[in-house]
Amino acid sequence: MAYSDKVLDHYENPRNVGTLEKDDPSVGTGMVGAPACGDVMRLQIKVSDDGIIEEARFKTYGCGSAIASSSLLTEWVKGKSLEEAGQIKNTDLAEELALPPVKIHCSVLAEDAIKAAIEDFRGKSGNEKANDANNADGSGKAA
Amino acid sequence: MTSLNRRPIYMDYAATTPMDPRVAKKMMQFLTPDGEFGNPASRSHAYGWTAEAAVDEARKQVAALVNANPKEIIWTSGATESDNLAIKGIAHFYGGKNSKKGKHIITSKIEHKAVLDTCRQLEREGYEVTYLDPEPTGLIDLDKLEAAMRDDTILVSIMHVNNELGVIQDIAAIGELTRARGIVFHVDAAQSAGKVDIDLSSMKVDLMSFSAHKIYGPKGMGALYVRRKPRIRLEAQTHGGGHERGMRSGTLATHQIVGMGEAFRIAKEDMAKDQIHTAALRDRLYDGVKDLEEVYVNGDMARSVPNIFNISFNYVEGESLIMSLKDLAVSSGSACTSASLEPSYVLRALGRNDELAHSSIRFSIGRFTTEEDIDNAITHVRAAIEKLRALSPLWDMYKEGIDLSQVKWAAH
Amino acid sequence: MSVYLDYNATTPLDRRVLDTMMPFLCEQFGNASSGHQSGRVARAAMDVAREQVAALVNAHPSQVIFTSGGTEANNLALKGCAARLTPGHIILSGVEHSSVRTPANVLKKYGWTLDEISVDADGLLVIEKLHTIFSGMSAARSKILAVMLANNETGIVYETAPIAALARDFGAILLVDAVQAAGKIPVDFTRSGAQLMSLSAHKIYGPKGVGALIVDKAVDMEPMLQGGGQEKARRAGTENVAAIVGFGKAAELALSELSTRYAQVQTLHHYLETRLRAELPQVCIFGQQAERLPNTSFFALPGLDGETLLMSLDQAGLAVSSGSACATGEVEPSHVLLAMGVSPEHAHGAIRVSLGKESRRDEIDSFIDCLKQQVRVLQSFAAVACA
Repeated sequence: MAYSDKVLDHYENPRNVGTLEKDDPSVGTGMVGAPACGDVMRLQIKVSDDGIIEEARFKTYGCGSAIASSSLLTEWVKGKSLEEAGQIKNTDLAEELALPPVKIHCSVLAEDAIKAAIEDFRGKSGNEKANDANNADGSGKAA
Repeated sequence: MTSLNRRPIYMDYAATTPMDPRVAKKMMQFLTPDGEFGNPASRSHAYGWTAEAAVDEARKQVAALVNANPKEIIWTSGATESDNLAIKGIAHFYGGKNSKKGKHIITSKIEHKAVLDTCRQLEREGYEVTYLDPEPTGLIDLDKLEAAMRDDTILVSIMHVNNELGVIQDIAAIGELTRARGIVFHVDAAQSAGKVDIDLSSMKVDLMSFSAHKIYGPKGMGALYVRRKPRIRLEAQTHGGGHERGMRSGTLATHQIVGMGEAFRIAKEDMAKDQIHTAALRDRLYDGVKDLEEVYVNGDMARSVPNIFNISFNYVEGESLIMSLKDLAVSSGSACTSASLEPSYVLRALGRNDELAHSSIRFSIGRFTTEEDIDNAITHVRAAIEKLRALSPLWDMYKEGIDLSQVKWAAH
Repeated sequence: MSVYLDYNATTPLDRRVLDTMMPFLCEQFGNASSGHQSGRVARAAMDVAREQVAALVNAHPSQVIFTSGGTEANNLALKGCAARLTPGHIILSGVEHSSVRTPANVLKKYGWTLDEISVDADGLLVIEKLHTIFSGMSAARSKILAVMLANNETGIVYETAPIAALARDFGAILLVDAVQAAGKIPVDFTRSGAQLMSLSAHKIYGPKGVGALIVDKAVDMEPMLQGGGQEKARRAGTENVAAIVGFGKAAELALSELSTRYAQVQTLHHYLETRLRAELPQVCIFGQQAERLPNTSFFALPGLDGETLLMSLDQAGLAVSSGSACATGEVEPSHVLLAMGVSPEHAHGAIRVSLGKESRRDEIDSFIDCLKQQVRVLQSFAAVACA
């Protein structure tokens, strides 16, 4: 039951708590988990025209490790391209937060959440541009 | 208790209690090197006899609280051992190879693990066990219990007061049912002794388990009441020198026994006072949180001991709640299972949904809890609920009017 | 005047042990299984105690299961192992404690066959007999062997190495009851070749109501107490934190002071037996040819009624015993002496003196003087009765 200092810090002072307008075309929402399992994570990202994540917000129903995993994730994805954000691995989160083995699933959930948010964003109409920009190494603006 | 001031507010009396200073003082006479350290089984000198006399006195004190004969009290290492001895002892005696009586046992799904795990062990040995579902209040329906009784039923084991909910079962009425059918009736009274009146001269209970550390006595000490009239026979589980009329061998831990005796003596004296004290504090606590939205009392407050109070704060996860209540020592279920991530099996047996089961907190208070403790607890709880609901996507959805039971969750 | 010479029955708590226990009897009262702070404090203290107990007998902390005492540890060892095996043979030495003999007898009901290996007149195990017994058993059948490291009545110490070697050769699980040996002589679980070893705290100046079973992890054992999953699900029940912490401290002291305690008690013991032999020449000290614990003398004075003698000694404030303190109310002669071939009449009058770290030379003087006086009185009665 002993939590690492980093988990405690994120739990006591969670970063980027909140909600973005989910119907906004530039916002992607990922909701993963289930109440029956004891954790539900909602992660939202706001993506700029050039495919960079400008904002991230979360709300999490779950244990301290789940809250810390999602809080840390929002810090990490900000400023990243969708592709970069999609490559964040749960093991990186788990290592950074020094999660014990019984809490690894919290970091897995966070990885699932960012993937779901990116997918939601990409699925929205009108976001092909950002997809193209991303696919073309993210350097140039779409015509 | 001034030394407790810098530590979390202790509200986990159902897990264990601090020792009453009067108990500790009495025990010291049998602990110090120059005190009465003899082995009560030593027959050849005064050291042994003095210890034996102290053990006899304690036996009387334990018996007095529940209106039993001291000869009906068997010392054990705790309620877990008492439960194991009662259930296996009866099963092996009445349901053994050479008995035609039967191999069927009835218990409930909300018993303590000491009863449930023992019953599961007996199932592996070829016994058949019926686990009754409680009503949503936590109470056992007597008609359902009666319907479960069969010709080959040898034992009914139902706890008196549930450790997570505090609900009080009607053991007097159950005793009438079992006695009429010649079925042995065991009651785990670890949480009820000293909290509610128990009169074994009128209640038709055959075996009753007691714990010392739940009522301000020492850990590692318990007792089993074994009725003499009509005589209940059981097979010993710990064999050796033939202590405790052959039912439980092992050197008697005099200081622990004396401590249990004193704790039971005090309980008899202070029970009414303790009940009034804890009832007032429980009501104060409930008054302090009941205006929060989506708060559910688990169990049935009207038919519960006042010292155990179990409440669910919907849309808040239990482990994170415990974490933000770090200044309170409370439990999110029984102490034995709180290390695991599973929601309380007791709450699930009541039919509580998973969210509510996950968000439950058991406050258990006692003789040394103060009004100030309660007021501080209320402040901590309200702040934690506010913070965690602000973090909770479920709370948002509830506020948006979404029916969570209709949502398709992505299982992981 | 009060002289305690019954340290094998139980010992007074060491002051330092009590001091270690006090916080856990009072302010640190948490349930070791609770997740909150007070529970964690209790858990941490138990971890230390587990290391201390393990160190006393050179075992690994993970091999320690805390129990309510030596009796429970022996019961758990025998019944726990038996429950996971097809019924086969249980083999005991003829001088085992009742907490081994009785559960072994109970196992007969479950299909186990019980063999007892007799001891010779010196109280020693005859290894050849054990070999013969093993040789007559089918290799396929399960076997559990129980031998105590030191006998509680005679103090005879049993060398476990040849026994363990035989047990290994014949595939038997070996339980060594070290309740009386621990703290008095060096005990080494790892090198003993045993898979199971039982210990008790109150024989080593620790509290009553706590003991331990040391278990090799290769041994498959069913718990005796179910419910709650404590002690890695090997022994359920709320942990008796104060007692366990006290056991740990007692074990630590027993280890660090082993050689001083041994030397001190041995000197007194030598003095006691020298005076006994010189001043009561008819005395017969049991097991005197064997290696014995440095604190125990079990002897008889032929022709005198031991019960009467014990009563008169008690009235004079001298606490000794007629043997095991566990045979509650039992007036039968010692099974240990009978196993050694001592006649029932002779065994009936036996007296056990067991010394401890608080024993003093003047206490032994008081004992011998009183004994001599009582013997004179009894002999005069006997003379009258015979006349």
